[in-house]
Amino acid sequence: MTSPTLEPHEVEDPSLTFPRPWGNWGLRTVAGLYLGAMILLPVAAILHSGFEQGLRHFWQSITQPIAGRALYLTLLTAGVTTLINAIMGTMAAYVLVRHKFPGQRILNAFIDMPFAIPTLVTGVMLVILYGPQGLFGEWFTLHGIEIVFAKPGIILALLLVTYPFTVRSVQPVLLAMSLDQEEAAYTLGASRWTTFWRIVLPSIFPAILTGSLLTFARAIGEFGSIVVVSGNIPGRTLTAPVHIFGLIESEDRTGASAISILLLSLSFTLVLLVDWLQKRREAARGRI
Amino acid sequence: MAEFETEPRLTGSESRRFSLPVVLVLLYTALLLLAPIVAISWGALSSGLGVAYNALSSADALHALKLTLILGVSASVFNAILGLCTAWVLVRDKFWGQSLLNGLVDLPFAISPVIAGLMLILLFGRGGWFEALPDALGMPIVFALPGMFLATAFVSLPFVVREVMPVLRHLGTEGEEAAYTLGASRWQAFWHVTLPAIRWGLLYGVSLTFARALGEFGAVLVVSGGVSGMTETATLFIFRSMDDRNYPAAYAMALVLALISFGLLMLIELSKSKIRER
Repeated sequence: MTSPTLEPHEVEDPSLTFPRPWGNWGLRTVAGLYLGAMILLPVAAILHSGFEQGLRHFWQSITQPIAGRALYLTLLTAGVTTLINAIMGTMAAYVLVRHKFPGQRILNAFIDMPFAIPTLVTGVMLVILYGPQGLFGEWFTLHGIEIVFAKPGIILALLLVTYPFTVRSVQPVLLAMSLDQEEAAYTLGASRWTTFWRIVLPSIFPAILTGSLLTFARAIGEFGSIVVVSGNIPGRTLTAPVHIFGLIESEDRTGASAISILLLSLSFTLVLLVDWLQKRREAARGRI
Repeated sequence: MAEFETEPRLTGSESRRFSLPVVLVLLYTALLLLAPIVAISWGALSSGLGVAYNALSSADALHALKLTLILGVSASVFNAILGLCTAWVLVRDKFWGQSLLNGLVDLPFAISPVIAGLMLILLFGRGGWFEALPDALGMPIVFALPGMFLATAFVSLPFVVREVMPVLRHLGTEGEEAAYTLGASRWQAFWHVTLPAIRWGLLYGVSLTFARALGEFGAVLVVSGGVSGMTETATLFIFRSMDDRNYPAAYAMALVLALISFGLLMLIELSKSKIRER
């Protein structure tokens, strides 16, 4: 502090440029305690509770007819949602990056809306629109199409809640892609569709996969928007998270924990897979 | 073919303004995202502003809004401070077990909110691991405000860490090193150099945290017991009103939350564009 001139070795020695010693341990402890107490401990508690009464009981809990149907419904609706989202999300990302049209910026900002709006409010909105007395609902009821209190309502809710995932995963990759190859294809007389199919799609496929995995992971846990839309009829429109809620209400903690463990390990595996895919992509980019 | 004057047109960007994919995407987005927004406004205001106002000025509604704001602000502050420390440790530090910590951060994204609520009951409820803690502290945790705070903080935990990390990595260490070389203390370097540089990333993370906290429903439903006028948040108020078929109240509150979300969305977009400028 006193003299502005520095001894040469002071700059080179990293331990002096960063005043470290125990300061780092302080922050490490804070971060470790934060994540340990807020995340690790609760997860340990649920694992303990699910397996407390033995593996057999765990197996019985997840293979009960109602639980099985709920899990099947959750996986089915999440799967359909992921598929539609992959197609429409990719198209939206492509249009946002490669096209120019009025209202583009508004559309771009609007896509984040599901991140900001409470999922329960999403559910209420869908009931107002498609419920029996809803704005569109009356027309659908007249034509014998059930939306609310049926599978289409669940899928609609999931589509709304997960809309940004694929778009936001594909968009940056498209932005970073150079136009050379596409232009070459156009020059050679390829149509827009051929160019997309043969040139663009192969390069953005990993990003679509990442977005889809995130969509699926989010969809199998969704609760707020589904609970008001689906009607929660056991065996028909009761999804796994809503079933867990029912089990908690009826004080069956072991059963609730067992199904929770199943859902949790599935979605966490997907999230880890996404992490791994992204690291691989970054490594590949680093090599080029 | 040899001349490339037509090059920009070849990419086809400006040739057709409303080509089929554009129309499809606009229609899809309008049906999926815009129609519900119109519907909620119509639902809340169709029977008149007076009805909506009355529904919202009941003591229960006001209390629910207040509770939601308290939980949103406290969870945001909590996660902002600790999330910042965690992001710093994950980016700047190197130690054994670091990648484990990094993986843990994403867990709340993968956990259904209902499961998050269940975890807290398993920890602090009757027969739980820390059953004795509420008595020792002299305050209830489950079915009370502390449990709701923990639930809200849990589900919104990853945002600050995940949004600050890339900004911090991008920033590099030169500024901080310069500050240290000039004799700044660790705290001074953070406060005068690092924090101003990452402020938009932090704001982005915090606004996402706040939005998530404001709208949290599943975890809070499980943990709160939902006593109206006591442990009822705005989302729980909507849920109960729907159950009681008190639709004007449910729709009015839903509209209020939607409007707050829109304000937050603008903040989110602003901070995102500021991050990109850097």
